Amino acid sequence: MTAVATEPATEPTPKKPLRRKVAESNNQLFRASPLNYLVLVITFFLSVFPLYWMLVMASRTNDEIVQIPPVFTPGGHLGEHVQTLFDNPDVMFAKALMNSFIVAGTITAFVVIFSGLAGFAFAKLRFRGSNALISIVVLTMMVPVQLGTVPLYMMMDWFGIQGTLPTVILPYLASGFGVFLMRQYASQAVPDELIEAARVDGASTIRIFWSVVLPALRPAAAILGLFTFMTYWNDFLWPYVALSPEHPTVQVALSRLSSGYYTDQSLVMAGTLMATLPLLAVIVLFGRQLISGIMDGAVKS
Amino acid sequence: MSDTLAPAAPARTRSPWRSRLSRWDLKGSPYAFISPFFILFAIFGAFPLLYTFWVSLHAWPLLGEHTFTGLDNYQKLLSDEQFWNAAKNTFGIFVVSTVPQYALALWLAVTLNRKIRARTLFRIGVVIPNVTSVAAVTLIFGMIFAKGFGLANWMLSWFGVASIDWTAHTWSSWLAISMMVDWRWTGYNALIFLAAMQAIPSDLYEAAAIDGASRTRQFWSVTLPLLRPTILFTTITSIIGGVQLFTEPLLFAPGAGAIQGGTLRQFQTLTMYLIENGFTRFEFGYAGAVAWMIFLLVLVISLINILIVRRISGAD
Repeated sequence: MTAVATEPATEPTPKKPLRRKVAESNNQLFRASPLNYLVLVITFFLSVFPLYWMLVMASRTNDEIVQIPPVFTPGGHLGEHVQTLFDNPDVMFAKALMNSFIVAGTITAFVVIFSGLAGFAFAKLRFRGSNALISIVVLTMMVPVQLGTVPLYMMMDWFGIQGTLPTVILPYLASGFGVFLMRQYASQAVPDELIEAARVDGASTIRIFWSVVLPALRPAAAILGLFTFMTYWNDFLWPYVALSPEHPTVQVALSRLSSGYYTDQSLVMAGTLMATLPLLAVIVLFGRQLISGIMDGAVKS
Repeated sequence: MSDTLAPAAPARTRSPWRSRLSRWDLKGSPYAFISPFFILFAIFGAFPLLYTFWVSLHAWPLLGEHTFTGLDNYQKLLSDEQFWNAAKNTFGIFVVSTVPQYALALWLAVTLNRKIRARTLFRIGVVIPNVTSVAAVTLIFGMIFAKGFGLANWMLSWFGVASIDWTAHTWSSWLAISMMVDWRWTGYNALIFLAAMQAIPSDLYEAAAIDGASRTRQFWSVTLPLLRPTILFTTITSIIGGVQLFTEPLLFAPGAGAIQGGTLRQFQTLTMYLIENGFTRFEFGYAGAVAWMIFLLVLVISLINILIVRRISGAD
């Protein structure tokens, strides 16, 4: 303590009056210096560059790609490569895109509905065992689906659906994260009085869910839907193991594109570009919600 | 018409059938609402996990007899050099990627926490990598780290460094894979840290400023200690994610034998070893044992995390 007391004398005297300094010391009020902007611009550049590089390689011929020094501007062959990609019957790229939409879309729809139902029940309904059950929901988040790959593979065989799209949809419909998120949101966003009022009016619980709770849950449902769709659009391990060659998703098709049969690099890059475009569209449309979703998740955990 | 008007009157006029129905509704619907989650989890989450254990107690080839062998698979696993090699690679890549990633993410979070123009644009820029698919990222980075014409080697040549065959050595493959992981996750973690920083009450900084603490000092003595639970939480999340590392090393050197992670298995991870045993060799029993070892690892790490976080938040 005594050391601290003598310290201020040796500190450089503040250039500004103390009061202003205190106001500025609020962590949010520090103004960014040019150096900060430099850091941010470099970060932004590094974040975006590989995607730009993908565009460059997708639009150049294979001979141009291997040039030293490299060419940094997009060329004129993008349309042609995309055409080749979609025309190749072995790659089935159009089908793969369609499959990915079906898989990610179906999972998203069910996850949002099921998580909304369960989240509402945990947040607003009283029932025996609810505390123990919500703990189980949280624990399920620790079980990585990948580790069940061997039995899941056998199960799909028992069901007679091995290799088809339901194989990669069914295991993901139960989302502990989704239930937890919806519960957190519902407990704040849906006033008890509103539910009581609906009950007095004679509405059944499912009716209350549908006409009172679900509209109130819309922002959380949007975030959950966004993340679920992106996660399963990008999912790789289980589709790679489980899907048969005639039912690829986009990510699986990409891995096959580059696995020896086609070492045509510009074609591979055209494929990654096509696989990434829907996500870039999502970012452009929902960037803000995406950021707040990530940051909310951080504070709540 | 009078019938349809009746329900509008309060409960007294309700028929016994209606009131019984509404009692069922009150008691039963919570369970009905949570049941889709629990039923689906039981079938596709809990059962596979337990069944994996049952399978792991057998010699269980794809075709032919399954014979019960007890803990033989586990015993074999403990002296399996390839398993320990995969474990070494998994944790090695984790350490090589996480240390710089967290330092960068913290630095970036502090910067993003300033008063900046085009705030949303920069924040979105920072998460773009995280949203991009792992498979696409890996293929792009695979080109950047290509031996002959890759950008990485071209840039190194400015400094007179001879062309590196990135997939050929342990150190270079770990480094390249770590860069792919970091590219995807640094910005995401920066946002998480940023959120935690914004939750720190500003009077702490005011008090520190009155005591004459510089900004740097404030970071070390106020921001960092208060961020500790968040850092721990994200570390554990990264460990769980790290144990499952699969796509980057698999697609880093595509082609036949990719699942082995290089000619000398220099970058084969635990999950790759699991898939190799299960779906290349079709030794389901042995793959099950690998799966359970990975699961135990995740469980132990998660429990440690819960204990630490609880202790830290309890101390406050």
